[in-house]
Amino acid sequence: MDCGPGDEGDGSSPVTTPTRTSSTPGRPSPPAEPSTAGRSSAAGRPFIAGQSSTAGRPFTEGQSSTAGRPSAPARLLASPAGVHAHARIAARADPHGRTVLPVLDGEGPLALRRTRATGPAAHVTLVGAMSGPLGGDSLAIDADVGAGARLSVGSAAATIALPGQDGAAARYDVRLTVADGAELRWLPEQLISVRGSALRVTTRADVAEGGRLVLREEQVLGRTGEEPGLLHSRLTVRYAGRTLLDQELTCGPGAPAGWDGPAVLAGHRAVGQLVVVRPEFAYESPESAVLGESAALTPLAGPAALITALAPDALRLRHILDDALSRLM
Amino acid sequence: MSRAALLVLADGRFPAGGHAHSGGAEAAVKAGRITGAASLEDFCRGRLHTTGAVSAALAAAAALGVAPGALDEAADARTPSAALRVAARRLGRQLLRAARVAWPSPGLDALAREFPKGAHQPVVLGAAARAAGLGGEDAAYCSAYESVSGPATAVVRLLSLDPFDATAVLARLAPDLDDVAREAAKSALRAVDEGVDALPAASAPLLEVGAEGHAGWAVRLFAS
Repeated sequence: MDCGPGDEGDGSSPVTTPTRTSSTPGRPSPPAEPSTAGRSSAAGRPFIAGQSSTAGRPFTEGQSSTAGRPSAPARLLASPAGVHAHARIAARADPHGRTVLPVLDGEGPLALRRTRATGPAAHVTLVGAMSGPLGGDSLAIDADVGAGARLSVGSAAATIALPGQDGAAARYDVRLTVADGAELRWLPEQLISVRGSALRVTTRADVAEGGRLVLREEQVLGRTGEEPGLLHSRLTVRYAGRTLLDQELTCGPGAPAGWDGPAVLAGHRAVGQLVVVRPEFAYESPESAVLGESAALTPLAGPAALITALAPDALRLRHILDDALSRLM
Repeated sequence: MSRAALLVLADGRFPAGGHAHSGGAEAAVKAGRITGAASLEDFCRGRLHTTGAVSAALAAAAALGVAPGALDEAADARTPSAALRVAARRLGRQLLRAARVAWPSPGLDALAREFPKGAHQPVVLGAAARAAGLGGEDAAYCSAYESVSGPATAVVRLLSLDPFDATAVLARLAPDLDDVAREAAKSALRAVDEGVDALPAASAPLLEVGAEGHAGWAVRLFAS
């Protein structure tokens, strides 16, 4: 499955270009692993950073399918206040029932790699080619899964919201569409809100009747022992044109009062949601369940279930969500 | 229109069954997260700015005449906990029964026909405010106040908290109530033009998690 017809993203040499050398002093760069060359190894973290200079934020443009688009450096420089990047994935079923990826366009910090899959689904890994988002950045990812296709998307490392220079907020918008008979598993790593950062995240999933979705979101408030930044997230899931879930969470300094009080987070520093949409749930809805002290599974008002979990840290949060997912599938 | 109708609707003695619900306070007391007046205030402030703000906006939109069907669907999407959806519909049904007697109107009759098993309580509250000749901000105030007065009253019973202290908590929340009601009324106006996606969707994860657990308790003082 690793080298199917849709594998434009694999194997090509990454072009690594440092950017914003003067405007972002001190910006952390991901660790250099020149040997990964665009492919995630079994053990290593497939960061594509490599040989860049020390000052800037390196990014990687690994796809051959980007011809005809303005090059990322030009787009980045055109927007000195922040990075604007838009990545796109389209998954389609070929006549043999395999999933191909006619579009796999990363941009700027959002580099995409088709990675080895064990099942029939195509697997894409979002590779953190720059650190960020930083304040002022505007990132977007669209994933579109066509009828009968199966796509699984993960990420190589946590996304870390960092402060910008002028206090501006960053945006991160994820738009997912799943057609009839298609399946999307959207299982990125955690989003970590770092002290002084401000980030607005929206995730919107539109699932057509007969489509399937597994979607995980995890927010971690601050690195270990650190105060969080301001994080606003909104998660909207629609099925067959009806909104099944619309949920906002705002936390950190500047959030409405009471965000860390006994009704909302009560000192928990990791909060996560796992949404599972399955047409079968219309006939046999999962039952509500309490999953330990601070997690619960509940059926939504449609063929979907939501697990909400709070935990002291990211690791324990992941354990709860993994256990809950295995229970549902 | 009579402004005094707002006092009738917001009165804790209005026979709509709200006294049987703690708004998540019973689960929070059991978990040791509410232990006195200070933590009650934190709890109420968090609830007010999350689910309270959402309820207030739904009520305001219903008072402005946004279609109850669309609002009820929006309320479902903003109430992921199945236990809380059941409680909200039960409260809506009880409120509608009282409101139809208090302010008979074709609008409330139609709502009862459309939702024989009950619509979400804030939607009914807004429709009742409309039937009483009240406006969007009035409905938002009523709903926002209910979102904190319910837990405060419940904690007086659950912890034998001094009622004077519980009332002082509500008094200290007044500026927050003003903000929430004003914002709710504004977003309701946007919903008139743009549809229900313009309404806020703020959530309180611990209230959702706590509600699922609470619904399974064998013995409890409050229904939710």
